[in-house]
Amino acid sequence: MITAMGELSMVLAVLAFEAPYWGQSLLRVLGGIVAVLLPAGTIVYVFLFKMMSFMQSRLGPMEAGPYGSLQLVAEVGKWLQKEDIVPERADARIFKMAPIIVLVSTFLLVAVVPFGPDAWFTNFEAGIFYALAVSSLSVLGILMAGWASANKYSLLGGLRAAGQLIAYELPMVLAVIGVIIQAETMNLQQIVIAQNAGSIFGFDGLGNPYIITQFVGFIVFMIAIQAELTQAPFDMPIAESELVSGYMTEYSGFRFLIFFIGEFATAGVFALIASVLFLGGWGVPFAWFGWTDVDSVDNWMNIVGPVIMLTKMMLVTFLIMWVRFSYPRFREDQLQKFAWKVLIPISLGNIALTSIFKVVM
Amino acid sequence: MAKVPGLVKGLGVTLGTLFETVTKGANTVQYPHEKESPPTRARGVIALHEGNCTSCMLCARSCPDWCIYIEGHKELAPPRREGGKPRQVNKLDRFDIDYALCMYCGICVEVCPFDALFWSPEYEYSEPRIADLLHDKAKLSEWMETVPEAPELEAGAEKKKK
Amino acid sequence: MSITDRVLGDRQRLAYIASQAADSRLNVELETEGMTLNIGPQHPATHGTLRIIARLDGEQVVWAEPSCGYMHRGYEKLAEVRTYPQVTTLVNRIDWLGSFANEVPFILAAEKLMDVEAPARAQHIRTILFELSRIANVSLFLGDLGVQMGAITPVFFAFRDREYVLNLIEGATGGRFHPNFDRIGGLKDDLPKGWIAETKAVMKKLRTFCDQIEELLFGNEIFQSRTRGIGVIPRDIALQYGLSGANLRASGVDWDLRRDHALPMAWNKVDWKVWTHPDGDSFARCWVRLQETREATKIVDQLLDTIPSGPIMAKVPKIIKVPEGEAWVSTENPLGEMGYYVVSRGELGPFRVKIRSASFNNISVTPWVLRGVYVPDIVTILASLYFILGDIDR
Repeated sequence: MITAMGELSMVLAVLAFEAPYWGQSLLRVLGGIVAVLLPAGTIVYVFLFKMMSFMQSRLGPMEAGPYGSLQLVAEVGKWLQKEDIVPERADARIFKMAPIIVLVSTFLLVAVVPFGPDAWFTNFEAGIFYALAVSSLSVLGILMAGWASANKYSLLGGLRAAGQLIAYELPMVLAVIGVIIQAETMNLQQIVIAQNAGSIFGFDGLGNPYIITQFVGFIVFMIAIQAELTQAPFDMPIAESELVSGYMTEYSGFRFLIFFIGEFATAGVFALIASVLFLGGWGVPFAWFGWTDVDSVDNWMNIVGPVIMLTKMMLVTFLIMWVRFSYPRFREDQLQKFAWKVLIPISLGNIALTSIFKVVM
Repeated sequence: MAKVPGLVKGLGVTLGTLFETVTKGANTVQYPHEKESPPTRARGVIALHEGNCTSCMLCARSCPDWCIYIEGHKELAPPRREGGKPRQVNKLDRFDIDYALCMYCGICVEVCPFDALFWSPEYEYSEPRIADLLHDKAKLSEWMETVPEAPELEAGAEKKKK
Repeated sequence: MSITDRVLGDRQRLAYIASQAADSRLNVELETEGMTLNIGPQHPATHGTLRIIARLDGEQVVWAEPSCGYMHRGYEKLAEVRTYPQVTTLVNRIDWLGSFANEVPFILAAEKLMDVEAPARAQHIRTILFELSRIANVSLFLGDLGVQMGAITPVFFAFRDREYVLNLIEGATGGRFHPNFDRIGGLKDDLPKGWIAETKAVMKKLRTFCDQIEELLFGNEIFQSRTRGIGVIPRDIALQYGLSGANLRASGVDWDLRRDHALPMAWNKVDWKVWTHPDGDSFARCWVRLQETREATKIVDQLLDTIPSGPIMAKVPKIIKVPEGEAWVSTENPLGEMGYYVVSRGELGPFRVKIRSASFNNISVTPWVLRGVYVPDIVTILASLYFILGDIDR
């Protein structure tokens, strides 16, 4: 709901109150911050603390607030009051910059995600291209953290991360190309509309969510996201039982909090992008309400849209977390083999098939 | 990735546990709001029945950690019947058990020939200061109220002669 | 700046330049030094304070050596100045997960010296508790295996189901982790009422747990690709290095002390199977332990049905003085072969006790098996070898 309020206020500011440009920008920035931190908070509490605890036959946090709902606040408070340690032989400037780069890439990523027919931060024509490019920034941050920590474990973690994240960029991009071909546009808003206004073989009750036609692409994209987020089974860079915490080992206090929140915020934002690309984004099939294109969509969709996005994001995140808590992790070379020898050929095949179908039908 | 079922079955186990926890509740006992009661024989704390103790020092000698401190003196008690000799009885001055050292092995309870020491399942006696973990005579006698009856034995056990 | 400062400064600067030149010479010769990694005493992967010094070339291990002793508590020295009941208490804490199993070989050695045999009921219940401690120990191994691999869920199942076994042991002996229940000549106490029925129910739960672990962990393709073919220990190497327990059986050696040694315990009265595996890799070791846990539940079930009635303690004097002599008894403990060599001079306590613990020999194979593996495989192999630090260092 708060996301909705953030978006609504922004939309109203843009449309009704004719705020000056700096006012609009300010509202967009605030909305962006809310749109990133809220999914992070939701994911951390609902999924990480509670739902996964139930999967492990335990209750999760129960003390802070009713049913442990204020646990995240307690965690943030706890991390904030810890001492800020920079190791003696660490490269201090790069050490301090690294978490910020990781977080900045998340905020940049959410700028192109549409939340409603008019509730978007920017209607960028090359939306998905920009998103894929910006998501690679976090690799730089992780490498910086691993190298600047002056710790052999962090170094191992950082180098593993570099190899893994770069290797899994390719399947992610290739999986998305299938969607682009089918939607004929890179603009994320247009992709949403194409899905909701479309129809499958003439039946338009469901719209045309690309999860059905691009099923292979969806699976490849989900696997690639799992690897990009360094979640099990691809969490070699963090590998808790070997590297203690990988590239995050030497961080404490506020900087660790940034990594922690950044990890879940990125999970949330990737889930948002996955729901935009494959699940139909903020919309419901237009046929249900008799809309034809974006201009005929009612204004209340600006409030309901973010809520629908949040729901779809939580569905996708459930999948990510479910797999995370059930599987052991791959070894680094098995990881790489999987990406280069299995995922990339499959996604290339997917692109070929999609192009053929697009031309033929 | 030929056999997908193995991976999928694993997901099924976690999902099953999720539903089980949501519907039937978790195994967690939320201490300190709920407390489990330990079995009857649980070795929580040692209680002293002062009347039975004769300061024979067997327990202090057999403790692996030497955590029992006993001091006593002999007194003359009135004779049991008229015209008899006054008899010597042991009077306990000090009987301390240092629970900071105690290993909870139970050798002292076992070797006591006069049934003066008993096990009690009480476990909530932690203190902020280590020195307070030295329980003196009075405190050890207080624990006697929490000593349960010895449990009934399983079928086929021989009756103990004690 | 004083002359000293200037001189020192120059010397330091010269040293720095020389080291840079040396480095660049090395780089020019394209020979970069490997990295020495301390998988140090404090590490999530080692089950306690074990230090493994590994020289790495990239992610591959060139040379590895374990360095134990961080947890040495001096058991053998302590035993020289304690009486037999006191040593029994101490010895619980060597392998703290399967604690009853530590007492048994020591008590059997003392009974051998005294030429006393525990009554049939005591032997039976001793065996039941021994197998229960095996189940408690190995079920934690199965959970811990998941954590070392990265699967965080099985360990919670392991702890949840292990609680039932610990409650059983507490119900009978009074202590969850340190029962201190074995006595020379029998057991301290008999079983409380209702224990047999409760144990049967718990054995059913543990079989379900084993099935769950098999589905969640062993059936997982990722787990199999992490453990199959990793850390292969061939049969003759296993015998040379003195491995025992499941590690030996997973290399194809059919050796189980419960069946092969004649001990006054009740294993020969039940029908059970020794599990071996021909491969000798990490998967084999884990798999053998899973099957052994299942087998232990079946052993306990059979034993529960056939407990003879009678006394729980033989006729032994109150103050026990073990006659002079030396005795060696070893049993198939959860971790491997554990044995005690007790030397007695006829006093209240032993003169000297030598403890042969299984994990010390089990990790002696680490330098051999860790050559040429990747860093993640170090963790896999250590996890599958399964040692407890208290057992290594005593």
